[in-house]
Amino acid sequence: MSDKKSLLDKFSVGQVWTSIFRGGGVPKSRRQRMMVVLNSVFLHLHPVRLPKHAVKLKFTWCMGGLSFFIFLILTISGILLMFYYRPTIEYAYTDMIDLSEQVPFGIMREIHRWGAHAMVITVWLHMFRVFMTGSYKPPREFNWAIGVILLILTLLLSFTGYLLPWDQLAIWAIAVGSNMAGATPLLGAEGPGSALLAIGDINFITKVSDARFGLIGGRFLGEATLLRFYVLHCIGLPFIIMIFMAVHFWRIRKDGGISTPV
Amino acid sequence: MEDFKSLINYISNPTILVTAVIIIFPFVFPPTNWFYKINKRLNIDKLWTGKGLLLMTFVTVAFFIFGLTDYNFRSIVLKPDNVPISGLILLLIFFTWLSMSQAYKNDQLVDQGESVDEYYEAPNDKVLVWPDLVYVELISLILFSAFMLIWSIGLPAPLEQPANPAESPNPAKAPWYFLGLQEMLVYFDPWYAGVVLPTFIIIGLMAIPYIDRDPNGSGYYSYKDRKLSMSLYLFGWLILWNVLIVIGTFLRGPNWGFFGPFEYWDSHRLEALTNINLSELIFVKWLEIGLPQSILLREAPGLLIMFILVAVLPVLLAKTALKKYYNDLGASRYSIFIVLTIFGALLPVKMYLRWLFNLKYLISIPEYFFNF
Repeated sequence: MSDKKSLLDKFSVGQVWTSIFRGGGVPKSRRQRMMVVLNSVFLHLHPVRLPKHAVKLKFTWCMGGLSFFIFLILTISGILLMFYYRPTIEYAYTDMIDLSEQVPFGIMREIHRWGAHAMVITVWLHMFRVFMTGSYKPPREFNWAIGVILLILTLLLSFTGYLLPWDQLAIWAIAVGSNMAGATPLLGAEGPGSALLAIGDINFITKVSDARFGLIGGRFLGEATLLRFYVLHCIGLPFIIMIFMAVHFWRIRKDGGISTPV
Repeated sequence: MEDFKSLINYISNPTILVTAVIIIFPFVFPPTNWFYKINKRLNIDKLWTGKGLLLMTFVTVAFFIFGLTDYNFRSIVLKPDNVPISGLILLLIFFTWLSMSQAYKNDQLVDQGESVDEYYEAPNDKVLVWPDLVYVELISLILFSAFMLIWSIGLPAPLEQPANPAESPNPAKAPWYFLGLQEMLVYFDPWYAGVVLPTFIIIGLMAIPYIDRDPNGSGYYSYKDRKLSMSLYLFGWLILWNVLIVIGTFLRGPNWGFFGPFEYWDSHRLEALTNINLSELIFVKWLEIGLPQSILLREAPGLLIMFILVAVLPVLLAKTALKKYYNDLGASRYSIFIVLTIFGALLPVKMYLRWLFNLKYLISIPEYFFNF
């Protein structure tokens, strides 16, 4: 062993580095490497040590991690898109055109759209992997249920985002979807049993008070729908999904980490 | 070449495609010992070897490359929003193979009295997160970011004409991940296909760990010890969800009519509407006495069938074929399991009733918007 120290070695024992990364020095000893994880708010989502199969791609497929990573990509690209997009019928479509024609080499919208498709697929594949390894079995059954909720929220996020370009593809896809709400049993004006919710001749469930009306904010897809979906897409659903993600990640640790053979 | 294309068009018709898939499925993913033995005897498990993967990938890729030489195929498959689904098909083949090959390998290890691939001895076989996990994560993120950049530069996001509520496209399709449900709209009314069925799917998924409580096969890939749960899940996931998405995306054209992958989407093609309800089938066609006035009497056949399916069949099965499961699960778990399974099985059953008898609804009470 030579005593020559690299620039990184020198810098990593200085005051600036050690103030940020407690412990100091490039982590080389076993103890230092454990402390890296324990001292980092981000890394300590992980345990310090793992069973050896937990780091193998053929076991994990990395799909859960990728889903979270894509969520971060979507958040960042989404925030950038929010600077340029106005959720009104007057501007929404033209802002889309601007994004594709006025921004040199602009791929933020592509990243956001393809990322959304990719996230749907990675979430599905993550669920597939968890099933195939039997990882939903006790004690992880509740975390599986949380995972199902996260799957639904992912689909809803993608669905609400689908409307925002306000082109033919968008409104007709949402029209197909939101018409379903009008057929909700009891709560949709065209759903079975909607006439049951009435006092005498007064129906509570009508075209202007049913589930579909609540979803799209009117009788037809329009200004209110766009704003409603925009708010759900940018604030409402991300807020909810982050809460469930926190529980999901926390429960992985609390349920004994990655699943292992008994 | 044209003959080959018409053959593919012909066999991709849902009647043939779904039938073939349903017949082949239990031999590839055996739910019981009997199927499992045949699976082994016919060497179907060879699919889960390296050569099997090569074969499946080659056939799929070759089909796509061949298809892309066809104008009609190209115009559907290369639609920007359909590209992820082609990717999904390949990913599904790969990941089904990846999990099944490890499962069969582990089964073999267990048969030989050895421990499974994932077996480890705590604490000796543990590795450190830093650096062993974080560098795998870092490499995955970098590779994936590169992939996302290439995808985003290479394929512009779709933007069609500005929204026009007065002009509906034909066909109007939901986002691709809901097309399995939209396909169900052919066979069920919106209140079921769009609201109740998704609720059943959600409840069913959440119920899985509370119904399949066999501790075997937790934390490692395996098949042999959990044949039934594997087979049921894979049927729901691969066939009822993904195959229907592929049909809904690639094979459903104007007026939601069926079009083969090499067929021109002709919006003027006529489809005879010959579907009739069970009540009409029985009272008008068979008994020739006309529909009864009373709704209850009119819909009695359908209501009876549903009563048998939901109330009688589960009890019968609990006493006979599924006695073991009933004893293991207890009454409440068994009820949830069997009712959800019956409603799941109703999807293909309703498809066949439509194809064989042009049956529209088992129960049709339009007076209360209730058609099933």
